[in-house]
Amino acid sequence: MSLFRVTDAPLSLDEVVRAVSTPEHGGVVTFTGAVRALSHGKKIVRLEYEAYRPMAEKKLAEIGRSINEEWPGTRVAIVHRVGVLGVGEAAVVIAASAPHRAAAFEACRAAIDRLKESVPIWKKEVAEDGETWVGLGP
Amino acid sequence: VKIRLLYFAVVRERLRRDGELLELPEGTTVDELLDELERRHSGFAGLRAACKVAVNQDFASGEAELRDGDEVALIPPVAGG
Repeated sequence: MSLFRVTDAPLSLDEVVRAVSTPEHGGVVTFTGAVRALSHGKKIVRLEYEAYRPMAEKKLAEIGRSINEEWPGTRVAIVHRVGVLGVGEAAVVIAASAPHRAAAFEACRAAIDRLKESVPIWKKEVAEDGETWVGLGP
Repeated sequence: VKIRLLYFAVVRERLRRDGELLELPEGTTVDELLDELERRHSGFAGLRAACKVAVNQDFASGEAELRDGDEVALIPPVAGG
């Protein structure tokens, strides 16, 4: 079952793990990206995420396909949350599975790295002393 | 050609809208659309260099020609994760 989704709801690591688990996949690696309390020394109040949802889901699925081509036999599932998130809440959950552990670790790392490069999702950091769109520069 | 523009994140805030419908001459390219947006919106000039453009949910080059019914999104620097 393939799972590449953008959602308003709190995330479930179980859901992505289930999506990539099969009797042939002996290694499952997960990544959870959560909201940090500090960003460049500023105290974070909340993050506001938004997405171009249909394109974001399409790009997540493309990441899954590209990883599957580079590490044959791997499966990846990615769910990203949008909306207002507080410190400690999960913004993204990823699971990668493979017959053996090495490919599962590499696939999971590649999935989060590629997500950060190419998927149309944005976040505004709201700190105690103001707000900024991350990645836009000063 | 009639296109639907979508604005997100910092673009939406600076242009004070989440999109608009535009009618453009036949053969208008992505770069020419961006020129037009600079003329229409004073807040756009400072963002143009930071933005990529997606046409029908795929990244497009500046030379790409727009077609009737295209969905065109301005994509400021992404920050997922």
